[in-house]
Amino acid sequence: MPDRCTDSRGQLQPAPESFLAPDLIADISREGVNESRRGLLKSALTAATAALAAPALSADDPDIVNIPEWSRTLGRPVADNPYGQPSKYEANIIRRQSPGLTQTDQASVAFTPLQSTFGMITPSGLHFERHHQGWVDIDPRRHRLMINGLVDTPMVFTMEDLMRMPSVSRIHFIECGANTALEWGNAAVPTVQYTHGMLSGSEFTGVPVSLLLERAGFDRQRATVLLAEGADGSSMTRTINIANALDDAMVAYGQNGEMLRPENGYPLRLVVPGVQGVSWVKWLRRLEVGDLPWAAKDEAVHYVDLMPDGSQRQYTAIQEAKSVITSPSGGQKLMSQGYYCITGLAWSGRGSVVKVEVSVDGGRNWRAARTEGPILPKALTRFNFDWVWNGDEALLQSRVTDSSGYTQPSRTELVAVRGTRSIYHNNAIQSWRVAPSGEVENVHLG
Amino acid sequence: MSIWVKQFTVCTALQLCLSNVSIAEMAAGVEQIGRSATEAELAAWDIDVRPDFQGLPPGSGDALQGEEIWLEKCAFCHGDFGDSNEVFTPIVLGNITEDDIASGRVADLTNPAVARTTLMKVATVSTLWDYIYRAMPWNAPKSLSPDEVYSLLAYILNLGYIIDEDFELTESTIQDVQDRMPNRNGMTFDHGLWAVDGTPDVQGSQCTDDCPVGTHVTSSIPEYARDAHGNLEDQVRSYGPFPGVRTVALDADADAIVSAVPTDEANSAELPPSDALAAGGCMACHQMEGNRVGPGFAEIKAHYAGQDAASHLTSKIRQGGSGVWGVIPMPANPALAEADLQQIVGWLTAD
Repeated sequence: MPDRCTDSRGQLQPAPESFLAPDLIADISREGVNESRRGLLKSALTAATAALAAPALSADDPDIVNIPEWSRTLGRPVADNPYGQPSKYEANIIRRQSPGLTQTDQASVAFTPLQSTFGMITPSGLHFERHHQGWVDIDPRRHRLMINGLVDTPMVFTMEDLMRMPSVSRIHFIECGANTALEWGNAAVPTVQYTHGMLSGSEFTGVPVSLLLERAGFDRQRATVLLAEGADGSSMTRTINIANALDDAMVAYGQNGEMLRPENGYPLRLVVPGVQGVSWVKWLRRLEVGDLPWAAKDEAVHYVDLMPDGSQRQYTAIQEAKSVITSPSGGQKLMSQGYYCITGLAWSGRGSVVKVEVSVDGGRNWRAARTEGPILPKALTRFNFDWVWNGDEALLQSRVTDSSGYTQPSRTELVAVRGTRSIYHNNAIQSWRVAPSGEVENVHLG
Repeated sequence: MSIWVKQFTVCTALQLCLSNVSIAEMAAGVEQIGRSATEAELAAWDIDVRPDFQGLPPGSGDALQGEEIWLEKCAFCHGDFGDSNEVFTPIVLGNITEDDIASGRVADLTNPAVARTTLMKVATVSTLWDYIYRAMPWNAPKSLSPDEVYSLLAYILNLGYIIDEDFELTESTIQDVQDRMPNRNGMTFDHGLWAVDGTPDVQGSQCTDDCPVGTHVTSSIPEYARDAHGNLEDQVRSYGPFPGVRTVALDADADAIVSAVPTDEANSAELPPSDALAAGGCMACHQMEGNRVGPGFAEIKAHYAGQDAASHLTSKIRQGGSGVWGVIPMPANPALAEADLQQIVGWLTAD
């Protein structure tokens, strides 16, 4: 019987150097190897090899033979929990702040636990938070959307009006322009939650912006930009490219089948697929059609990308193609050698994911990963990659190529052009080092 | 601006193709939904100010007037001279030079040793006017009059050596300020990140075999910072193929777990009145425990324990004050509802 031990949490711990049962070792040393014992030895070796990938046969499992209490009791009634919550065993899977990142909790970030989510949709309760002056919970009966500027008729819509209009539902990613900002200079934060967790994917439901602009009779000849403005204390404003506004932007009230959560803009937010999250103005109260950009605070003081020559790129909006392995990733550990499913996310603000490749040797050799459908434009795409870990150091990376033909750059390639001080739009390939101990850590390579 | 006109001439030609709904195709009846906005409604919400000053309300103020308002309403976050790094990154640090103002490019932006301040980065003075008017002060947005905004902006500009303290900032003189903005020529639109079909500045390699890349670890998180984000073991599932790495000592972790378990006592009347604290914007400067901008609530409770401090605290919260906890004054809170105020005071003075 293989000798395995468990820690306090019941997690199996490997002990490959002592896979022979103590009784058998004593027997062999006393009697030598005979046919019978040779057979035992062989089966023990086989079991130990199998144990690298799965727990080996052992004594009867008490969780099977002692019928568990949940199989012997009456369960709880319907509507006991009228708005369902995750299991109490999932309490670790929450949004988290990065300690010391900000000095106020109202202008701050809570990151999505990407290491623990599946597929292409982020549960609404785990959708990352980024607020500029705190979040508010607005009475939808008192919320209004105004459309003005270069329009024939400045207009006002109630939520009733908007929810009555023709609606569309589409799945898109949203990524903060400052996602991965902490990683420009050096490996700074330990897990994918903090390196990439200003990223979420949802189905949004709402009214196309193009329809609302038509309704107000916007000036097609002069309109080049759209101002979006929030109803919260910050009344944050951002300049939107009219091409995005007319193409696939929407005024959304629905997210993943329910209304938006307050932290995500309830009851109304702008959705600008492919564009950085700051432009998806939450608690949206106004759209103004214009012919010159506004240079709002978050496009003139923040969300400007500092280049090595001291110039600042202004009105950077598009989130270029990017991918990251979410498991195994920093702060996790591999408990034994053998098979693992490397999994992650890929996305592009310029279109669809065409190809994801994975390297386990720091980018020297790349092989295609499986992409899981549906593969949608400007949406998260889940990828999976079969891997057998041999116990040596491994350097895990992923890279994506999108429908525009663009391939995600390495950190070295990106920094060569942009330096390390631009804060925003870091879409470099992420590296995770798997140590021989099985621990995974965030590293930069060069 | 010329680059925008050129850029958008191209966009405008594209729009006809991009628009996927036309008025003719709009489903019958949709054109009945919504109503016209009134002049008063537009005036109430259309408060944005563009770089060409479209939308700027008339008014005036100078730095000396601004200083008074600043000390009352702004200094508790930004510091008396706009240089505080306590709550937000500094607005100004005194490193703007005459050369910067002459060239319109702030030289220190290429110096990694210098923290980037607002006045180093911003190219457009309209940005500051617009933002102060719509979002400041932090705990009472949209409470400033246009004259107060002109005054506060004059104070900030004076701290940055852009205008003299007796310069009267008005809707007419603000263009003169724009012509002296230290980083007015510091922005570039020469990039591919505005339009979905923009040209990327970097293209990744598509090499797949024996690629010539460096695979040495050049950066990783140092050992002493392993626990900077807490115990990573508790930030993933406790089962499954990839458990978390324990990054804090076992004993410390056990203590943390014990202290995190909610107890019945914690559900007593001592629960903080979170709605009232949120309504008052208190959490902007105070936290439950430990000093931030202002003292922690635990420290306040301890300080006044055993005293009959209710009326004193009521007055402090309502009218503001300074000198008890340090140099940063507590702002007045005239808008806080009386019931919320009483609830907060009751909580702070509970045994």
